[in-house]
Amino acid sequence: MKHIQSLWQYKEFIIASVKREFQLNYQSSLLGALWTVLNPLSMIIIYTVIFSQIMRAKLPETDSIYAYSVYLCAGIITWALFTEIVTRGQNIFISNANILKKINFPRIALPVILTINASLNFAIIFSLFLCFMIITSQFPGMVILAVIPVLIIQILFAIGLGLTLGVLNVFFRDVGQFFNIVLQFWFWLTPIVYPVSILPEIIKPLILTWNPMAAIIAAYQTIFVYGTMPDWNSLIIPSLVALTFCMIAMSLYAKHAHEIVDEL
Amino acid sequence: MTVIQVSKLGKAYKKYPTRWARLAEWVSIKKTKKHQLTWVIKDISFTVKKGESLGIVGINGTGKSTLLKMITGTTSPTEGTIQVHGRVAALLELGLGFHPDFTGRENVMLSGQLLGISHSELNQLMPQIEAFAEIGEYIDQPVRIYSSGMQMRLAFSVATAKRPDILIVDEALSVGDAYFQHKSFERIRAFREEGTTLLIVSHDKSAIQAICDKAILLDSGQIAKEGTPEEVFDYYNALIAKKENSIVTSVQNNEGKFQTTSGTGEAKVKDISLHNSKGEKCNTIAVGEPVNLRIKVKIHQSIEKLVLGYGIKDRLGQVMYGTNTWHTKQIVHQASENDEYIYHISFPANFGPGTYSIQTALVDSDSHLTNNYEWIDLALMFNVINIDKTQFVGYQWNEPLISIEKHNG
Repeated sequence: MKHIQSLWQYKEFIIASVKREFQLNYQSSLLGALWTVLNPLSMIIIYTVIFSQIMRAKLPETDSIYAYSVYLCAGIITWALFTEIVTRGQNIFISNANILKKINFPRIALPVILTINASLNFAIIFSLFLCFMIITSQFPGMVILAVIPVLIIQILFAIGLGLTLGVLNVFFRDVGQFFNIVLQFWFWLTPIVYPVSILPEIIKPLILTWNPMAAIIAAYQTIFVYGTMPDWNSLIIPSLVALTFCMIAMSLYAKHAHEIVDEL
Repeated sequence: MTVIQVSKLGKAYKKYPTRWARLAEWVSIKKTKKHQLTWVIKDISFTVKKGESLGIVGINGTGKSTLLKMITGTTSPTEGTIQVHGRVAALLELGLGFHPDFTGRENVMLSGQLLGISHSELNQLMPQIEAFAEIGEYIDQPVRIYSSGMQMRLAFSVATAKRPDILIVDEALSVGDAYFQHKSFERIRAFREEGTTLLIVSHDKSAIQAICDKAILLDSGQIAKEGTPEEVFDYYNALIAKKENSIVTSVQNNEGKFQTTSGTGEAKVKDISLHNSKGEKCNTIAVGEPVNLRIKVKIHQSIEKLVLGYGIKDRLGQVMYGTNTWHTKQIVHQASENDEYIYHISFPANFGPGTYSIQTALVDSDSHLTNNYEWIDLALMFNVINIDKTQFVGYQWNEPLISIEKHNG
């Protein structure tokens, strides 16, 4: 409660920071906000070309020529949101060392700014994706609202994990390096580029139970590719994992808050 | 009314023998401690009342900045408590943590909001902040192209845009040109008159003496002295002098005959001290004050002739004035072993504010080239401060009489 109150007092700082950071990404480049789109777009094109055309990978039970692109977009765009929050979360204290050391303000403002910024970037790409779906008449209709709870679970998971790593990274800088490698593996161990069906039967249950992101990404894919509600039961474990990480992050922070500034 | 209450404050940093030790401590189930605590602040208590101003002095690395950080709240104490009442504005480590890629104006907004000033209020204050910082067109340029002086000026302008209840300034006064120093000093003084409580860390003795009601001296993380700024500074100077001497002796031990104390040793300076007009021993004197330099010389081996020379150097080592008893025709003849001579050298301290050192030479003629018994650099350090003279710059006091004639045109 105290945190929310102090957040409210610093709302102007949060809004201004979000605006500044957003501008910063674009003001010194000629193409500006276009880069936010061009990056994932190039990735999607590469994967579409390689996997859809060369490997002739087909999604089961769909026959649309765009189906694979939609499948890919649903996974890549949301995965990008996840990695943005996690990677920036793990550097949150280090990159803000400058102000943490000099000004006393509610620290909780930092993850809030991060989350809003990442969500804004996501919103840009996501709305383009929606446009693409409308143009190619793939728009799933009202089912799209099911994205909201999935997004909330995903963001909570990302911020909980990111902040946990953020605290650890202050004391053990290896964490940041290590986790960048983990993310590479994690991406390929999540059915984003390929459908679950191509996984060998031995590995499939392993990935589906032990990788919370698999269920989350699968939920998006279900909504966008098949236009149906996701399997809500599959999201129970990811939600619990997300909450657990948020708790871990909070208790780690509470325990080491006083040491963080000293260590920076 | 007490606005800052610090009691039994202590701050320790954890020191781990290896990088892995911290990990071992974190994951150990038995909670075995692998670290050692390095105490930078220990058992500090003091109170500051509303409107009071406290100067904190001490040589580098004695915990002054750590103390201010704890009072500001950016770092927390290991033991003890701090109670602070009122809005705090702090300039720690010479800045507010400006973001290098944002413009000056954007940084003003962000830092201002971090300091708890609202957006609309900042918009109102902006012209005043710009005017005070005097950085002109640069206000709309990214901060990364600013000089350090410009950054400091902007930071100071933001932090003091609105009068805080408590203003904490760490060394900020020593940055920037003399003009801005003076200007910021004026603002601090004005705040104090309006009731702001001040906490200032500075090496600038005259600044602290001019603005603070009381001062504390930190030495190795503890309060070594608490009292009026004058008292504290005298003590501080003594502490520095002690440190200076110890450096000298260590050099002497290693090198044997080093220039700082060279000579054959037939005669040696046993004691050197500076006395003010009241005859009290002191290290800080006022501009123009009549002082007495006492040098006690002991003869260790009988010599034919003894000449004492001395020089007063500024902080850069330039000799401001120097002479010897050869020139004054006061040569001591036939000095025998175990004799002691006390030289009383009286002169007015017609120097500009600053730090000076005295070098002494015991020789047998007008130079130390024939027989050099002992030569000491930095035999004594003293400070000159301007208390009652007209404001001036330079290393010597040369009070003018200025008259203005008017010719109607």
